[in-house]
Amino acid sequence: MSTLVSSTTENTHVRRDVPAVEVSDLTKEFRRKDKHSRFGKRRMPALDHVTFTIRRGECVAILGQNGSGKSTLVRLLSTLLINDGGDARIFGHDAFRETRAIRKLVNRVSVEASFFKKMSAAENLSYAARFYGMGPSQTRTAVPEILEKVGFPPERRREPMENLSRGMQQKVALARALLTSPVLLLLDEPTTGLDPRSKLEVQEFVKAVRAQHDATILLCTHDMNEAEALADRVGLLDRGELLFLEPVEDVKRRYGVDTLEEAFFAATGRTFEDEHHEDDEYREVYG
Amino acid sequence: MSAAAAALRRELVGLSGIVERNVYLTRRYLLWDIAFMVWTIANTLTIVFIARAAGLAPARENRLATALLVGAVIWAFLGIIFEFMTETVAWERWEGTIEYTFMAPLSRSMHLGGMGAYAVLYGLIRATILLFVVAAFIGIHMPDANYLAALALLAIASISFIGIGMMTSVLPLISPEKGAQLGFVAQGMMLVVSGVYYPVGVMPGWMQAVATVSPATYAIRGCRASIIDGDPLVWRNVWPLLLIAAVSIPLGLAIFHRGERYAKKHGKLKRSG
Repeated sequence: MSTLVSSTTENTHVRRDVPAVEVSDLTKEFRRKDKHSRFGKRRMPALDHVTFTIRRGECVAILGQNGSGKSTLVRLLSTLLINDGGDARIFGHDAFRETRAIRKLVNRVSVEASFFKKMSAAENLSYAARFYGMGPSQTRTAVPEILEKVGFPPERRREPMENLSRGMQQKVALARALLTSPVLLLLDEPTTGLDPRSKLEVQEFVKAVRAQHDATILLCTHDMNEAEALADRVGLLDRGELLFLEPVEDVKRRYGVDTLEEAFFAATGRTFEDEHHEDDEYREVYG
Repeated sequence: MSAAAAALRRELVGLSGIVERNVYLTRRYLLWDIAFMVWTIANTLTIVFIARAAGLAPARENRLATALLVGAVIWAFLGIIFEFMTETVAWERWEGTIEYTFMAPLSRSMHLGGMGAYAVLYGLIRATILLFVVAAFIGIHMPDANYLAALALLAIASISFIGIGMMTSVLPLISPEKGAQLGFVAQGMMLVVSGVYYPVGVMPGWMQAVATVSPATYAIRGCRASIIDGDPLVWRNVWPLLLIAAVSIPLGLAIFHRGERYAKKHGKLKRSG
């Protein structure tokens, strides 16, 4: 797999003298129909002047409830949304103007393993790799290799995705992301909805990716244990605002608490499992 | 390999990825395709049998049946291209893959071009089957047919059809709920003015004026002449198609680009519906 990683790095401009991710004052809002008004629209800030930096090779976890703006952040960094204000740079490239350069560097795993469900894992990976310039001679060996690395059974490679379990599908999603050798991997709740065993397998694989490859990881999750286990620094996104981004021990020291749950309560005045505010639903639908 | 050649290779590999994906999908949905083919053949038969009911002399009946058949075949061919192009966004949104395709380093021209290229290949295969099955069933004779000229004209027309398809493919991006349906409305409007089953001259003046900017007008006219009378590829049908292609492809890409920006600005890329 190391050869796969180096191939993309050679073909793209990865500057070594800049941080992997630099986000400055980033703002995104959505206008949605107001439930309480027949014709009215509401402006809902999904990200509110968010600023942070991720160093090359670092793994950063962003915690937050549903609707906190985590997925909006991932979509902005993966060129799927256009910002309303502020700035985001990935390895020095402007995320909103140099989208072609960014797309060669970034890949993503989201909470939904999104595939053509009638097609097999091998077919889904094969065509997706073409978009990144990998020809049939490359994918013929790379696809079975990467599926093996994520622990996907070889005898099920030709089976339609719709026949696979959620855990299996998520492994294929990880394989798809890694097949293109991204230098920035965006993981948007990659283990949500998985059974404990699959969850552990995915987490172990993320650790292995970190240990073996030159990849920077931004992990968005609402699983505090996962964040603590995988990340060098943990941030808290609450209703679009980034409240902190520090090593876990610094967070606990800052709030004088023993756990991230307690830190969340100390920072927001709410428990992590609290019912959403109505505004959170607006953010969640599109964010 | 120079940087430009490497970039071009990467783009073409990306385009082949779109074609490859559609080949996989066609294989997986083969039974649906067969059912759709049977439906199209039945539908075409209902049109071509009108020639039998006209009570004409055998030679004139054969000519009318061939004219109707060519119209129906081109209607089916265009339908495939428009369906593929209009559903470019809708299918991916339905499957949930749209964000992965849109965040890949593949230019939109190659993305849409790949959809168009597959649609043309797939449409040509279906159109050929349709032509010969219906002709055999009804007993239509096409002794003078110049198939090569008809095929060449259809290939040239396909470029403009893809360009117009690009314009309609943006509709589901702007309106996830109604976009695809609006694409079919555009397809219907184009065909009704293009003389599918009747000469353009029988329509009101304003419709005849609209027909001059429809590529289907020239494709149907030329294919009919080639299949019925054995006419070669003629410049008076080719140049309007090339002109419409030269305008519609860049215009289609520009419109799609604007629609994509709008969807990304307003968070409509992922929305299902």
